[in-house]
Amino acid sequence: MALKMADMKTEMHNDWCPGCGDFGILSSVQMALADMNLNREDSVIVSGIGCSAKLVHYTNVTGIHTLHGRPLPFATGVKLSNPHLNVVVVGGDGDGLGIGAGHFVNGGRRNVDMLYIVHDNGVYGLTKGQASPTLKLGEKTKSLIFPNITSSINPLILAMASGYTFVARGYAFNVSHLKKLIKMGIEHKGAAFIDVLQPCPTYNDINSKEWYNGEDRMEEGGGKAMPRVYSLESEGYDGRVNTEGGKDAETVMLDAIRRAVEWGDRIPIGVLYNNEEIPTYEERMLQRMPEYMELPPARQRISDSRKKPIADITPFMDELSV
Amino acid sequence: MPGRDLHIGDIVIENRLQWCIGGAQGSGVDTSANIFSRACAEGGLWVVGKREYYSNIKGEHSYFVVRVDRNRVDALTEGFDVLATFDEETVARHFDEVRKDGGIIYDPSLASKKVADIPTLDKRIKDEFAERFRQSGTITIMTLLEDAKKRGVHLFPVPYSTLLSGVSAKTGEKRQSVLGRMVNVIAVSASFALMHYNLNELESSIDHVFGGRKKLSEPNKIAAEVTYEYMAGNFKDGLGYQLSRVATEGKRLLLNGNQAIALGKLAGGLRFQTYYPITPAADESTYLERYERFSVKDGDKKGSLMVVQTEDEISAITMAIGGALSGARSSTCTSGPGFSLMSEGIGWAGINEVPVVVTNYQRAGPSTGMPTRHEQGDLKFALYGGHGDFPKIVLASGDVEESFYDANLAFNYAERYQLPVIHIVDKAMANTTITLPYFDPDRMTIDRGLFLGDGTPFVLKEGEEYERFKFTESGISPRVPIGTPGGIFWNTGDEHTELGHITEDPVIRDRMMDKRMGKLDLALKEIPEDEQYHYFGAENPDLLVVSWGSTKGSILEAMARLNQHSGKIGFLQIRLIRPYPAQAVIRLVKSAHKFAVMEMNYVGQLADITAENTGLLADYRIVKFNGRPITVDEAYVSLKRIVEGKSEKRVVLTHGA
Repeated sequence: MALKMADMKTEMHNDWCPGCGDFGILSSVQMALADMNLNREDSVIVSGIGCSAKLVHYTNVTGIHTLHGRPLPFATGVKLSNPHLNVVVVGGDGDGLGIGAGHFVNGGRRNVDMLYIVHDNGVYGLTKGQASPTLKLGEKTKSLIFPNITSSINPLILAMASGYTFVARGYAFNVSHLKKLIKMGIEHKGAAFIDVLQPCPTYNDINSKEWYNGEDRMEEGGGKAMPRVYSLESEGYDGRVNTEGGKDAETVMLDAIRRAVEWGDRIPIGVLYNNEEIPTYEERMLQRMPEYMELPPARQRISDSRKKPIADITPFMDELSV
Repeated sequence: MPGRDLHIGDIVIENRLQWCIGGAQGSGVDTSANIFSRACAEGGLWVVGKREYYSNIKGEHSYFVVRVDRNRVDALTEGFDVLATFDEETVARHFDEVRKDGGIIYDPSLASKKVADIPTLDKRIKDEFAERFRQSGTITIMTLLEDAKKRGVHLFPVPYSTLLSGVSAKTGEKRQSVLGRMVNVIAVSASFALMHYNLNELESSIDHVFGGRKKLSEPNKIAAEVTYEYMAGNFKDGLGYQLSRVATEGKRLLLNGNQAIALGKLAGGLRFQTYYPITPAADESTYLERYERFSVKDGDKKGSLMVVQTEDEISAITMAIGGALSGARSSTCTSGPGFSLMSEGIGWAGINEVPVVVTNYQRAGPSTGMPTRHEQGDLKFALYGGHGDFPKIVLASGDVEESFYDANLAFNYAERYQLPVIHIVDKAMANTTITLPYFDPDRMTIDRGLFLGDGTPFVLKEGEEYERFKFTESGISPRVPIGTPGGIFWNTGDEHTELGHITEDPVIRDRMMDKRMGKLDLALKEIPEDEQYHYFGAENPDLLVVSWGSTKGSILEAMARLNQHSGKIGFLQIRLIRPYPAQAVIRLVKSAHKFAVMEMNYVGQLADITAENTGLLADYRIVKFNGRPITVDEAYVSLKRIVEGKSEKRVVLTHGA
């Protein structure tokens, strides 16, 4: 029976601020999961700490709400122990690129087959609006006492440099586009990363919904808002790596970096980089352990009917025998 | 030490000695000690050895002490009967430790080296020598050797380069780089030749240590023969110690603590291990990685165990928790600095009732401390680390053999009570090499508690949801792995409802705290007493020694010595430190006239914890924190002084080089 959007919701009261970009991301995740019609039990969402992390409680699949900055290693353990699970990770920009930046980088190196979505709003919302790692240098959002004194990270370039094999950007209020990206990210073989631009109506008064919509640019637009966000697909951009077809990873990545640095009046969304030529961590492990997919760690029996160990350590003891 | 009357040529001590080999790190001290230990063990003897080394790759001083006996031995004593040296620094650091009638093997070409010129020797030691030998003019290695000789130590100059020339002539090997490494075998062979040990056992050990690679083992065996000939020709009388083959019963192992725990985990069902490299824990994980595929009894498919090297210890603990959430028996291993980083993750496992095992190999802290040296300084941190109150179990193994079986107990406790378990061991155990009877995995029972892990659906009544944190009488809620049909659930580091959703409701909060913390009372009630503590020695003792961890071997032997004459001593080895077996400890302490707590840390952490849990203040605290394990002799002397009424209330032990 096909899943409906309603099947993906829980009865938990949603306590995000009205107008928060998180709602768009939540709907996109739920729609993507419903559309894909996976067994609800086979999906798990792992989140960090912050407003974004509450997403798991609103979604009717197993949800693991972890620690600040740590959803990636938790999720990696879940996935490697049972690679048949569909693992989606969500967290904020401070969570993933500040306190969790080490895990972000190393998550790319591993290329475990899962999707990581970062809610990118430039501020730490739950602690009242401090600058996050994606807020631009010199910007002064509402609760900052002085303009931001640190430079920003470009999550897309960092993701590519780290080894993520699917790198995309979405916009929280373009739900149908974001839903497609999420489905692609889940279907992607390897570590997928989606940076989702997301207004924080309470604390980020610079990158607001109106700003993304270009409502400040009515004059240039002849009385019409000129949206800043544009989709890469609409301009014929294709981020797929196809080495045999003449588009190797380096070529695509350099194009992607040019797009990733665009900001201001033109902000691209869509898939910047998609490389399925890199083996996943699971595939690398399968080379060493041919039984891995059939009998991953979580699915192995460890004792017999008498509750006695079944791993035979005798050969290893024999190597140490005297 | 009991009196000895030895004479060269009169063999009075058979199959009982302590040997030390030392040299620059990277020069083959470990290989030599392995060859020595294995050769003894293959001859049916029992050995226990420890490795001491600097946090350094090449050049600093390292040494290995091996005690050999005809009976099983579990701890080291003070002093050596034979000291084999590669370099001048080893003579300088250890000549004082060689017992009267013992021997020092050294290269005579080093005798004229000045102590002041040894770059890696601490200034503190050089200054002490300058004061002590101020009458002797320039202090050379010979100054020190002569001093040892005056005490009755025998000197055995063995010219390594002459012997190497002999080896070169016999093997045709001319490369200095290859010949140089044979000094290891020459030092071991010289030692064995003095002990009249059978060359066959040595050659068999050489074969094993070089993994059957004939290109390496053959020339080394020739080096052994050349050395035996040289020693027989030049030191006719040998030493007053003899080693000879003895009969043994049953199969035996020669292994270290890292390997024992790794094997215990593997047998106990570990299938997912994470780690970040740290001394002295990492060897456990790399050993497991080597054996990541294994046979399974009655199974046609291989079993496998995934070892993941992470980016840091925060990742290691959280990834292991993830593995446990999917249903695998999961663990990580670390040492102090890494353990500190794991605190927040362990708390998360506590509030989410996730079974995960952390093996903490304590080393000398705080901070980086002395990374390659021993201490039992993390006990309070293991108990109290992490913010807020949450349940965890702390299990302390007393020796390498216990640690094998405890690896499974740690998983059993973790799964039965659904909480993190800290299996607390230490550097001394990690780097102890010991002969033991084969382990018997059938002595283990695997208890997964209320866990539905075989893929069967979680059956619910119509209209009911699976509640991961359902309130139950025992406080334990049925657990399912992620991916179980009917078993969708939520976890959060926030306080949560039975479903696992965030709540700040004061009533639910109280009930959840009671549910979680109550599991410790249940554990204390259910865990058999012989897993909680071991009691040795006399009932109603004059002196009860309370301790934990790897002090066990030294205390047991010291107690046996003491009980021969002065007394009634009892030894309480506490294994389960949280939950703390307070009633048993109170009963035993009250049955004794006095009690002393002995441990390897500054403040006397177990003594404090005992006071906290029982209200009983230790009469004596015997502590050591210089990074070197408590020897049998130190335990003996400190306990004897208490029995004789001559002890201070706080005694600091200081032996070690």
